[in-house]
Amino acid sequence: MSDATTNAMPGSLTASSPKKRLKVKGSVIVMTLYLLFLLLPIYWLLTMSLKTNTEILNEFTLWPHDFTLANYATILTDPSWYTGYINSIIYVTMNTAISLAVALPAAYAFSRYRFMGDNHLFFWLLTNRMAPPAVFALPFFQLYSSVGLFDTHIAVALAHCLFNVPLAVWILEGFMRGVPKEIDETAYIDGYSFGRFFVKIFTPLIASGIGVAAFFCFMFSWVELLLSRTLTTVDAKPISAIMTRTQGAAGIDWGVLAAAGVLTIVPGALVIYFVRNYIAKGFALGRV
Amino acid sequence: MEWMAWTWPTAIFFIIIASTLTVFTVLAIKFPEAPRMGVLRIETTRGDRLFITLLGSAFINLAWLGVIGANQPFALIVCLLYAAAVFRWV
Amino acid sequence: MDKTLNHKAWFLVLPVIVLVAFSAVIPLMTVVNYSVQDTFGNNQFFWVGLEWFEEMLHSERMWDALGRQLLFSAIILTIQIPLGIFVALNMPKSGFWSSFCLVMMSLPLLIPWNVVGTIWQIFGRVDIGLLGYTLDALGISYNYTQDIFAAWVTIIVMDVWHWTSLVALLAFAGLKSIPDAYYQAAKIDQASRWAIFRYIELPKMMGVLMIAILLRFMDSFMIYTEPFVVTGGGPGNATTLLSIDLVKMALGQFDLGPAAAFSIMYYLVILIISWVFYTVMTNLEKKEG
Repeated sequence: MSDATTNAMPGSLTASSPKKRLKVKGSVIVMTLYLLFLLLPIYWLLTMSLKTNTEILNEFTLWPHDFTLANYATILTDPSWYTGYINSIIYVTMNTAISLAVALPAAYAFSRYRFMGDNHLFFWLLTNRMAPPAVFALPFFQLYSSVGLFDTHIAVALAHCLFNVPLAVWILEGFMRGVPKEIDETAYIDGYSFGRFFVKIFTPLIASGIGVAAFFCFMFSWVELLLSRTLTTVDAKPISAIMTRTQGAAGIDWGVLAAAGVLTIVPGALVIYFVRNYIAKGFALGRV
Repeated sequence: MEWMAWTWPTAIFFIIIASTLTVFTVLAIKFPEAPRMGVLRIETTRGDRLFITLLGSAFINLAWLGVIGANQPFALIVCLLYAAAVFRWV
Repeated sequence: MDKTLNHKAWFLVLPVIVLVAFSAVIPLMTVVNYSVQDTFGNNQFFWVGLEWFEEMLHSERMWDALGRQLLFSAIILTIQIPLGIFVALNMPKSGFWSSFCLVMMSLPLLIPWNVVGTIWQIFGRVDIGLLGYTLDALGISYNYTQDIFAAWVTIIVMDVWHWTSLVALLAFAGLKSIPDAYYQAAKIDQASRWAIFRYIELPKMMGVLMIAILLRFMDSFMIYTEPFVVTGGGPGNATTLLSIDLVKMALGQFDLGPAAAFSIMYYLVILIISWVFYTVMTNLEKKEG
């Protein structure tokens, strides 16, 4: 992808002014409708989380008439709910740390050097990002049971490396390619060792790339359901598995379920806010 | 290792794959080559052609098994012809 | 960028190889081993040769799941790609509203997949969901847990909701890389809006669109969580897509052999698509320098 300049504005170039005004109006309507379509379901989840179950089930209201935070209180005080969040956060953090630690040097190698089988290696890594987790669920279950790691956080963290490590390598490689090679060479001439150069000079230069990679590792590990559910029973059960479990029960506590949903969206929404300026770039690389 | 349920045929299968990969790596080190453009209009090296061959052979075997369903070893002859074609023209 | 030839770079890649080999190669080898054997539990295996493959190749259940899967992927591609392009064309090109749209559109992409399922599960319910309630009030019979058509509409609309923004964001990035001069030339030629789209914008977007199509195809091909949460594969088997069926077989019924044979074939298909994806992508990068 070449540079995404902000001055290409086809809208400003259309000929006559009445025509232009009409066109702008049309696109505003399209965007409003589209964003409405995107936000309505999320709004609905949010209002449900703020309603009492009586209101949800007995009257149909567009916004909470009987405003309550009880659903959130339930989640934050009931251990069977909040341990799910703690478990999720533990293995997601472990996974992000492992993925980045191994992906950083590898991405550097792919972005700077040609070596035996580099293309094939890169392709092989990518196939793991593309592989359906359903294929791996059963062997993972057997593998981690046999080494005694079943139902531990590290098992889920390692399993998620399957798709997160390739993803991190892919994203980081794209960012590292943007750093001119002269910087490396100058540093080596100045007597920096590889390790010191990497930590002191190179890492700060690709800080935004590391941020984006960390974000996507975090996200994909956070959203994954199949492997984390297969590999855990009690001690490391993640929030996503707890949420699907309640759906099996006869009487579903919709308010609490909605509140749990809202709470799992929060980390993502927070991170979007922090990386909002990189989002366009991340997508422009096509590496998501 | 017991849970992996190894059998001799699968072990031999993986040994063959692994040694093919080794042979091609050694070849690539000993006799470096420039990528060339083939009938698929993409640049390929020996390694790429090996990959296309192996993946194609898997599908040839599956197709043979699904359509004919007997005399599986003969599918390997088709695979050999396919491999020769890939290495010649792709 | 010119890359230096340096075989020592292997040492930098080694940790990744070890880790991914542990979490990908060993399981895959196990799957191959399971696929040629039968088991009575307790790690007692015996050799059955290619029987499972033969069984799966003639199993109606697998072909049906594959058929549903291809139908699903085809439908969402025909909706998402044009809709994504259309949205991208209408996005504000710069300024506050542009970043506002970007952030809002990224939101569905980053919602945990099971929550996407939960959102639509609630949203579509006739008794408590806005969509289901409205449709019901309008006199349209809609019940995604009973009615096959409604279930399909729900999971398709859900996927459109979830992923169209990705296509739009990619197409938008492609549009922004078109230099002004192109539009000026078109203006001099008095080209129609359609001609501008057909001869300037579309060719320039081709690269990103290719990536978008392949990514969407691949991700929809292995979709599991969202439809599982909403419909659980039902009513009946109506929305049992490939991954859902495979998980049912492998972990629900614990049929190791057939599930392993199924996995291998599934994986081979994914491998071909990934290869096409990678080849297309590297060739595009070469072309663009």
